[in-house]
Amino acid sequence: MPYNIVVLAKQVPDTKAVTAKAMKDDGTVNRQALPAIFNPDDLYALELGLTLKDSYGGRVTVITMGPPQAAEILRESLYRGADKVVLVTDRRAAASDTLATSYILSCAVRAAAPFDLVICGRQAIDGDTAQVGPQLAEKLGLPQMTYVESVESVSGGKITARRNTDYGAEVVEGPLPMLLTITDKAKPPRYPAMKRVMQFKKATTAAAAAAAGKTPPDDHLLIDEWNLDHIKADVDRCGQKGSPTNVKRIQAIVLTGSSYKQIKPNQEGVEGLIHELIEDHTIG
Amino acid sequence: MDNVINRRGEVWVFIEAVHGKVADISLELLSKGRELADTLHVALAGMLLGKDVSPLARTVISRGADKVYVGDHPLLERYQANAYAKAAVELIAKHHPQIVIYGASAIGRDLAPRIASAMRAGLTADCTDLEIGDHEDPVTKEVHKDLLYQIRPAFGGNIIATIVNTWGWPQMATVREGVMRMPDEVAGRTGDVITARPELALADVITNVLGEEPREHKVNLKGARVIVAGGSGVGSKDNFKLVYDLANVLGAAVGASRAAVDKGFIDKAHQVGQTGTTVRPALYIALGISGQVQHRAGMDESAKVVAINRDPDAPIFSIAHYGVVADLNDVVPMMIRAIRKRV
Repeated sequence: MPYNIVVLAKQVPDTKAVTAKAMKDDGTVNRQALPAIFNPDDLYALELGLTLKDSYGGRVTVITMGPPQAAEILRESLYRGADKVVLVTDRRAAASDTLATSYILSCAVRAAAPFDLVICGRQAIDGDTAQVGPQLAEKLGLPQMTYVESVESVSGGKITARRNTDYGAEVVEGPLPMLLTITDKAKPPRYPAMKRVMQFKKATTAAAAAAAGKTPPDDHLLIDEWNLDHIKADVDRCGQKGSPTNVKRIQAIVLTGSSYKQIKPNQEGVEGLIHELIEDHTIG
Repeated sequence: MDNVINRRGEVWVFIEAVHGKVADISLELLSKGRELADTLHVALAGMLLGKDVSPLARTVISRGADKVYVGDHPLLERYQANAYAKAAVELIAKHHPQIVIYGASAIGRDLAPRIASAMRAGLTADCTDLEIGDHEDPVTKEVHKDLLYQIRPAFGGNIIATIVNTWGWPQMATVREGVMRMPDEVAGRTGDVITARPELALADVITNVLGEEPREHKVNLKGARVIVAGGSGVGSKDNFKLVYDLANVLGAAVGASRAAVDKGFIDKAHQVGQTGTTVRPALYIALGISGQVQHRAGMDESAKVVAINRDPDAPIFSIAHYGVVADLNDVVPMMIRAIRKRV
């Protein structure tokens, strides 16, 4: 039986590329020096969606929320096999925390209904919170299976999956529709298909085409672009306004090894060392 | 769901009960919860959910709680996100704590976001420290007294962010395992146990566990925030216990140099370096590791390196931020004591 599958993906700065070279002189991260990539866990989520479509048939819709340039990962999704891609972009969504983000995404997923499965990556490497998946499940009124490494079967309105716990793994069963979050222990993502790259490399949003002075693309090359009004989101629950958590302070961890401190091998020396490591939050 | 800003509200710790025992992470949170509650002059309470879990309330009190709210129900026999979230929301909405903290365990990270979403409350993931402090709103200049500072690494561990929420209470956070001190057990400590039966029906338990596969704890060097690594200077397989002891008090992963692996002190899965794993932790403590170029290539992007070695000319010191030229057998026990004391 075919399934309607919605995959959520995010474009993120490649935080793994943060080395001493990507640091500014004041010790802060030079974000411009970092490439923007498809969030790694989300690639596993997309792969699972495509694998389920290969097995059971159906349709894979990829939704991302972000600035217009996030359309890049939507093109990548098309190269890998997505059927439909949607960019949710709106200045009023900027500075959303996980609560506001999950609210906006819940409106977007509803606008993409019907769906049997909503699949997210476990977490995004820029924030590493792993909160948006479960929050989205709650907002959609769906049950959740987090930290999934494989889906055993989908049949008779039920899904069975293997997920990681602190003690090993467990096999869980639950009804559709279901929200899954996927870890990088799942089946590795497929490569973009060359044929699809040729087919979809010109895929773009109507707004981007207009900005480039071009006519809107044909339907099959159109990346849908939705704003908060399209998805009927309450703007008071979006962006900074809808975000209870605020960043009060940022401290950069300086990555250069230039400073060296010799510690005396006595109690006073060692206590001083531990104190410094606690003070700068290197240890809790 | 209304959000009540209850400045006299209690500090709550979600108590994870696994296989009839209170999880270590929950005990660790009780020590931090105690500090926060004392600073705020309010009570510290545990939120304990499960089936027939009341006997565990005594453990929670002996480790520092003034109260335990027990949500006891046969349908809570095993953790399930929907049912646990429903029971927790019921308790939180009834008692209005000002702070609720959870372990950043598989369960805590599954559960807390569902509760936060249902209550439209703020939630900060994976904190490494929590403090109480004031906050002036940069726009309105309004000063909010005694907020929870939620301190966490972000951006791949390259920055430390302090998060506050002035609305969307209770203030909630998950806290990383191994970063808070384990509180001592105080025999004879007393407290209140408030037991209630949450409103739950079979339909609230939506997913079922069909089978469990316990696995041996895998070596996770890549994801570790702190790594304690030993080299040939550790001397023997038995003496590697020192490396493990230090790692345990820090909640750290254990690494090793190739020399230590070749001498059979430890399994190859722990090897850091060109032929092992490349790591970038926030803190790398090298014990008795000389620091050959092959080893350094696998760890020289660590944010902070502490090296302990008897040889003052060991190359490891060239990339260290802190160096101790001494016998690790003397220094490591001092470090463990200092960490336990939180100097």
